[in-house]
Amino acid sequence: MYAKFFRLSLALCWALACGAAQAVPEIKTWVTTNGARVYFAQTEGLPLVDIRVLFDAGSARDGDKFGLATLTSTLLDSGAADLDADAIAQRLEGVGAVLSTGASRDSASVSLRSLTQPELLRTALAVTKAILLQPRFAEQDFERDKKRTLLAIQQREEGPDDVGGILFFETLYGNHPYAHPKEGNADTVAKLTRDDLVGFFKQHYVARNARVIIVGDLKWSQAEGIADELVGSMPEGNVPPTLAPVEPAPTGKTVRRNFASEQTHVFAGQIGMRMGDPDFFPLYVGNHILGGSGFASRVVKEIREKRGLSYSAYSYFFPFRQSGPFMMGLQTRNDQAAQALEVLQQTLRDFIAKGPTDEELTASKKNITGGYVLKLDSNSKLTEQIASIAFYDLPLDWLNTYIPRVEAVTKADIQRVFQARIHPDALQTIVVGAGQREQ
Amino acid sequence: MSLSRIALWFAAIPIAVHGAETKVHEFRLDNGLKVLIQEDHRAPVAVSQVWYKVGSSYEYGGITGVSHMLEHMMFKGTKKHPAGEFSRIIAANGGSENAFTGQDYTAYFQTLERSRLPVSFELEADRMRNLQLSPTEFSKEQQVVIEERRMRTDDQPHAKMEEHFQAVAFTNSPYQNPVIGWPDDIAGLTVADLNAWYGLWYAPNNATLVVVGDVDPKATFELAKRHFGPLKTSQLPPLKARAEVEQFGQRRMTAKIPAKLPYLVLGYKVPALKTLADPSEAYALEVAAGILDGGNSARFSSRLIRGQQLAASASAGYDLYSRMSTLFTLEGTPVEGKSLAELEAAFYREVAQLRDEPVTADELARVKAQVMASKIYQRDSIFYQAMQLGLAETVGLSWKVVDEYVDRIGQVTPEQIQQVARKYLTEDHSTVAHLDPQPLPEGAQVSDESTGNGGHHVR
Repeated sequence: MYAKFFRLSLALCWALACGAAQAVPEIKTWVTTNGARVYFAQTEGLPLVDIRVLFDAGSARDGDKFGLATLTSTLLDSGAADLDADAIAQRLEGVGAVLSTGASRDSASVSLRSLTQPELLRTALAVTKAILLQPRFAEQDFERDKKRTLLAIQQREEGPDDVGGILFFETLYGNHPYAHPKEGNADTVAKLTRDDLVGFFKQHYVARNARVIIVGDLKWSQAEGIADELVGSMPEGNVPPTLAPVEPAPTGKTVRRNFASEQTHVFAGQIGMRMGDPDFFPLYVGNHILGGSGFASRVVKEIREKRGLSYSAYSYFFPFRQSGPFMMGLQTRNDQAAQALEVLQQTLRDFIAKGPTDEELTASKKNITGGYVLKLDSNSKLTEQIASIAFYDLPLDWLNTYIPRVEAVTKADIQRVFQARIHPDALQTIVVGAGQREQ
Repeated sequence: MSLSRIALWFAAIPIAVHGAETKVHEFRLDNGLKVLIQEDHRAPVAVSQVWYKVGSSYEYGGITGVSHMLEHMMFKGTKKHPAGEFSRIIAANGGSENAFTGQDYTAYFQTLERSRLPVSFELEADRMRNLQLSPTEFSKEQQVVIEERRMRTDDQPHAKMEEHFQAVAFTNSPYQNPVIGWPDDIAGLTVADLNAWYGLWYAPNNATLVVVGDVDPKATFELAKRHFGPLKTSQLPPLKARAEVEQFGQRRMTAKIPAKLPYLVLGYKVPALKTLADPSEAYALEVAAGILDGGNSARFSSRLIRGQQLAASASAGYDLYSRMSTLFTLEGTPVEGKSLAELEAAFYREVAQLRDEPVTADELARVKAQVMASKIYQRDSIFYQAMQLGLAETVGLSWKVVDEYVDRIGQVTPEQIQQVARKYLTEDHSTVAHLDPQPLPEGAQVSDESTGNGGHHVR
């Protein structure tokens, strides 16, 4: 199926919640006796529940063992307590439950969706508890999943998009733990051992390092019982040390990689902002106008609508625990890459020099505030938003104060923060495609 | 910790399904527009989708991709709302919007706060009959689509191979053509081609309006009548049958493409729900795909990935809601040290077992339990609900098949699965494709001038 406009999955930027006085369910939060913080919101209308357990155990915690956090997360549902992978899957799927594990740069997650009918939910919870507390990390499972990871790492080299994306992060972050891809690299993954995984699990999958999010058609008392069952007997443990702040590169750099593709992929950006940044709203609303709102944005108008240079073109902030990237990008046929990059840079320079127009700011605010209800209109979307609040310790009224804070942003705010923080002449630029001379 | 108290509870699932009952309100305007409305009051939001019965399977040689190109141009303005206005108005109303084209449909949608629904209706009704195709906008958008093709297909080893696979598998069915179109066809499209295509298919009597959300069915129908009611009916062209001819013997192809990993696709010619006199066969094929690939406990994960450690990935697919007969596909990547031939042999063993032995009661119960639960999970998305109704209606089934789905899956027996496997998953009706990865060559040096000749799809 082909869509008019390809929105990168990242582009939806799940962390950027919208909120208002209406339709935001109450979020209750408490701490289990062993130190895990729980967030609960009750929803009605469907007999289902979404449960997510998040740990500060993403690839930023790999140390020099790149890929460790991801492989640890991958192995969780391959065997736990007296259940092997088949038994785990059979029990969950037998009650129609869906479980997944995953890691990002900041976090590792175990997510469960289940029906709320008690005997079905009971089975799903028992299996999830085993996965959270007693994963086996069996040698045979470890070897198999390591090999599969190594193949996936090879596959990244098949296309200019993955190659460019990895180069972008490496260039932007240098020696910071955000620099390497979360799957790791071939040489670092090859060296991982089962003991590495067991050690990482023991250190990071602990109560004080956990956030539990429960959203669904349940009562508070039921949610309390679920949290206790899932993490109540987890060791207390400790939170890992604070991640180092990111040092922005003082000067711009362009990295070119020759790749035998039809298109050249261009990424340009710099260090952006972290979750909870005081400039969050002016940066977010400003970027919405610059390149974050599809056809309404300047980047798409200049690159695609006026010139037909690229199918997808965008600019985004990805706030992490520490500063995430500000990133612009496009793809175009090889001989147009220089022209397209120039238009992209010029669009950014103009925006920073002159700021948005009154009409642009009004239109953007209308879009963000008028579309607020769409960001919370399902159980799964609500779970995403609350997970973001929980993991990044955002204030509990985050969703309720969102609209007024968007409304409060002025043209001068946007121009001020963009001029202070975004430097078009110091961008890190990655160009991957046919005819690029390596530098 | 003891897990002994865990019983297998799948027998209990049907009780929960009662929470999943929905009611679809069906109307038809005098000009032929079908209107389907389903209430969902969980959030003050509504999705509106307009589905047209046209897509790549309606196209013929030389103009492949015209449906998809027209979808792009549908955002380029009418007399009343010039280029860019559609997206600007929807955005100003806090809406999200897009469109998509498939083999059997072209669909446009907006998701909005419920009180903004009239905005969506007004704009969709306007462009259903009043599109203005400007040559300047067209020539730019044609370049955008060519870039889209480069991104989605030309630079993607799997997509490139699958495009050739479809072309080899189908002799005369229009499913042999890619939705986005062949490169020269896209480059050769003209404004006249698009105008003709628009004139043929964009009319209320060839469309279905689907609304799901926090709406009142009667008031929404009245609103639809006000906006879409005045539109003129078209004389639709009679649809040519174009059914795929019988295949006599297995077809094999190799795609030597620069890539890192090998890949295997095996496809069997199978009927779709729409093409069958006995619909139970389609549901049996659907369950067969679930037995192989319905989750982590299914046979592919359990046996090929974990047990025999042959595959790094393996999947099975069947498109029940195709308009024409389709393919039952098995796809996968072998692990390092195993060959495509070994994975292919493993796929044949799995197919043979489907033919020769009844699936176990536990396996069948798990597939059914997942189907029943997912019916409830799907209701968490108003978009997905609307999608199902629009799709079923547009391929010429009724939206009622969406409601029947869980019951029909529930009726499938082990014997029926064996019967469809014997009847359809046969070597003589199969096509096999191997992606034989070639070393990634150095990128050729191209001129950095914007007037250079690097893109060979450009005329």
